[in-house]
Amino acid sequence: MSDIATPGTTADEHGHDLGDLELPNGRPAPAPLPHEPRRADVDPKAARRAERQVSTMFIVASLLVLAFLAAYIGIDKNVVIALPVIGTMSASNLALGLTLGLALFLIGAGAIHWAKKLMPDIEVVQERHILESSPTDREEAISVFQAGATESGFGSRKIIRRSLITSLVLLPLPLVIILRDMWVTPSDSPSPNELLSETIWTEGERIVTDGSYRPIRPEDIPVGGLVNVVPASLEKVEEAEGTLNARAKAASILVRMTPAEIRSQQGGSAEEPWDVQGILAFSKICTHVGCPISLYQQRTHQLLCPCHQSTFDLADSAKVVFGPAARRMPQLPITVDSEGYLVARSDFQEHVGPSFWEQGAS
Amino acid sequence: MSAVVKAGGALAEYTDERLGIAPFMKRSLNKVFPDHWSFMLGEIALYSFIILLLSGTYLTLWFKPSMTEIVYNGSYVPLDGVKMSEAYASTLNISFDVRGGLLMRQIHHWAALFFLVAMTVHMLRVFFTGAFRKPRELNWVMGAGLLTLGILEGFAGYSLPDDLLSGTGLRIAEGIVLAIPILGTWLSFLLFNGEFPGLDFIPRLYTVHVLLIPGIILALVTVHLMLVWHQKHTQYPGPGRTEKNVVGFPLLPVYMAKAGGFFFVVFGVTTLMAAIITINPIWAFGPYTPDQVSAGSQPDWYMGWLDGAVRITPNWEWNIGNYSISWNIFLPAVVLAGAIFTALGAYPFIERWATGDNREHHILDRPRNAPTRTALGVMAIGFYGMLWISGGNDIIATTFDLSINTITYVLRVAVFVVPPIIFIITKRICLSLQRRDHDKLLHGIESGNILRTPEGEFIEIHLPLGDKEKAKILGKVDHVPIALESGVDENGVANPKGRTARLRAKFSHWFYGDNVYLPTAAEIEAAEAHAAHDYHEQHAVIDDFRGLEITSEPVLHSPAIGGHESNPHQH
Ligand code: HEM
Ligand code: FES
Repeated sequence: MSDIATPGTTADEHGHDLGDLELPNGRPAPAPLPHEPRRADVDPKAARRAERQVSTMFIVASLLVLAFLAAYIGIDKNVVIALPVIGTMSASNLALGLTLGLALFLIGAGAIHWAKKLMPDIEVVQERHILESSPTDREEAISVFQAGATESGFGSRKIIRRSLITSLVLLPLPLVIILRDMWVTPSDSPSPNELLSETIWTEGERIVTDGSYRPIRPEDIPVGGLVNVVPASLEKVEEAEGTLNARAKAASILVRMTPAEIRSQQGGSAEEPWDVQGILAFSKICTHVGCPISLYQQRTHQLLCPCHQSTFDLADSAKVVFGPAARRMPQLPITVDSEGYLVARSDFQEHVGPSFWEQGAS
Repeated sequence: MSAVVKAGGALAEYTDERLGIAPFMKRSLNKVFPDHWSFMLGEIALYSFIILLLSGTYLTLWFKPSMTEIVYNGSYVPLDGVKMSEAYASTLNISFDVRGGLLMRQIHHWAALFFLVAMTVHMLRVFFTGAFRKPRELNWVMGAGLLTLGILEGFAGYSLPDDLLSGTGLRIAEGIVLAIPILGTWLSFLLFNGEFPGLDFIPRLYTVHVLLIPGIILALVTVHLMLVWHQKHTQYPGPGRTEKNVVGFPLLPVYMAKAGGFFFVVFGVTTLMAAIITINPIWAFGPYTPDQVSAGSQPDWYMGWLDGAVRITPNWEWNIGNYSISWNIFLPAVVLAGAIFTALGAYPFIERWATGDNREHHILDRPRNAPTRTALGVMAIGFYGMLWISGGNDIIATTFDLSINTITYVLRVAVFVVPPIIFIITKRICLSLQRRDHDKLLHGIESGNILRTPEGEFIEIHLPLGDKEKAKILGKVDHVPIALESGVDENGVANPKGRTARLRAKFSHWFYGDNVYLPTAAEIEAAEAHAAHDYHEQHAVIDDFRGLEITSEPVLHSPAIGGHESNPHQH
């Protein structure tokens, strides 16, 4: 016999009477309830109806699979349809998804309906065995283990044991060491903190608009305006390197305010100011964790990062006025060249982007 | 016997002659599974994972994990001629040039969201019912591991298409890595093969996403289910259910049909969602570039709490000599996240230590019957919820036209203040539910019908408790706190272990001290006899008022109030 018993019986599979079933709190276990037959159990008509319902679901599922094939062949992949509530959607996606999804759903619903209406719904009681083994079994297992361990000499032959452990402890080392060249560096490569501390902005580098690479004259920017800019050499650098690395550090913004509105700047002197007639340049990369900043409120001169809402006051050295960022946005010193275009005076004087461990050493 | 069934029998015979698995098969096919809607949550997680394996394999046929820049010229006209990575271009191709490709992408993304929701809610079910207790602690730890891996896997997948949102997510992840003291800078350079974003990260992430993490998840899920099988499922208290049995349906046919059918239902619903609701329309975000971002961008739901924690942490940064520790990032994104997952995995061991409960448990606690645990759980949900809300502080600000600064300050306080309040309220609710159960056993259920006796007294008619509900309440397993012993042994010497023992006893009192004990069998019997008496009196009164609208039918037709004559097992 299997260890299945009908409800209410308290004999285990060996026919032992388990006596009163008790809960750990000492109360008798609540008695099982008598089984109540379903409609389909007693009424053959109801059973036949359930059978019909189940098979209908399976048949419709087959038809839907055929409809899927038709939609795959028949519907052009570029047709887009607009539906109420759903909005616009690829017609092909809609048809393929609805047919396949409904087919799957109906197969599942049919099986569940079948189980619920027609398969036996009498609850079965199965005995649970205590999970831990009997003390004798456990002792035997342990003694087998200990006998084996003693025979191996692992305990008594100290020198073997220690040398083995040493070698096993050392073994992962090569596996870790190999990971060092996940960053392949030429021997003269600058250190990470040197790399993170410099951008491609250099003295005399033209400031151009992001996207169209047009040089900018001071009079192109109205008071209150903001322009996204990059160094003119970025295009060539990107082509040579094939990466977005230079852009990720050099991206900057220009804003213009009336000189009287500027309360402080990060550097510059009367002879060599860092602004040009109230035009200030700042990094665009947030000092928090590096999102590009995009929201500028010209009335308050505040720059807001969309990622975690750090706010910087551009009229006051781009200091952090709110949010999780700890460092101000670095200012790029600018001037105009002989042709009247805006250029950088130098690279940023502070590193751009997120903070890092060795940043003070740069 | 139908031909199909005969053929199945022949196949079984063939197999057994070669493998000798008849005893195993017999036991397995007869294996009993208890039934309850909440036991389907784990199933949904499993099925979603299978759907992810299937749909993900399809995506690999067309997806190119490459960050090399190319110029797009596919069917999606608005991006024609735009420079983008091959990863992004191939995701556009899947969406617009592969028939059924968009469906597979959307199935994959919806299934990922369901996978994480199902795992989370499944974990809450296990927590609130105490299913993690001995002997199932190991399965809890594996579950916590699976949830962690699922979140990482989801984030990895979200990052693969290299659209503006996914790239921004990676940028943030890189900023978090940089904030790890001492190792961070190097770690970031190793991961990205140099500076962010480089050309190698997406190919590397791809291997992690399609091989490494799914492989580990698959192995863990297998062991997880083998343990469920071996240890047998827990069951809720109810008629006929004890710690020594399992009451339910056998694997063949009922459970197999229901579970198998349910897989198709989950797959079907996921596919229907993918058919009608656009998810992650990467074409609308554009390709990733490190100098653009869209405002109000949100990560997938399961990353929201982490984003929120990062948003509300004040801007603490320490500069010590040449070195800096960015607590503003390290604290929420690494320390807090690590602490949360460690506490999650360690919870069964903490509770076991604090309560000294070393028994095996196969009957589940109803959440009310373990008030402190339930309150801790709801408190944790509250904490999580506060972080999650913080992740949407900008959306709240714009929706309700509030100052973002005010919201952030309020949330900084709320994240510490709200959870303890939730703890207190939840515990009270649990205890009052326990008291109500206690009263129900003695007085039955309040019917809401008021009766006026000839003496002018108003009494409420109480209906007898249904057998099912009664069994549910009586199935409660009492938790008894550890007795407080003095810290001094019989010779009057201070016991060196006394301090821990006392601490533990205190914890156990805190945990179980408020338990409302159920009435004894004798008390219930007495109450039922009393109720039967009341019933006859009420019946007499009602008889006097024949002709008036009386709607307390169940009482009038109930065969025996206590039910103890008809059911000798009851006492
Ligand atoms: C636990 C499991 C998994 C989760 C939570 C998950 C999650 C995700 C998510 C959220 C995406 C972004 C989808 C989008 O909107 O474009 C994604 C992409 C992808 N996943 Fe998975 N995934 C899982 C398993 C797998 C497996 C097993 C494979 C392959 C065998 C796979 C292959 C892919 C591929 C190729 C992509 C990129 C293509 C695309 O984005 O369209 N995934 N995954
Ligand atoms: S990245 Fe700007 S606030 Fe976080």
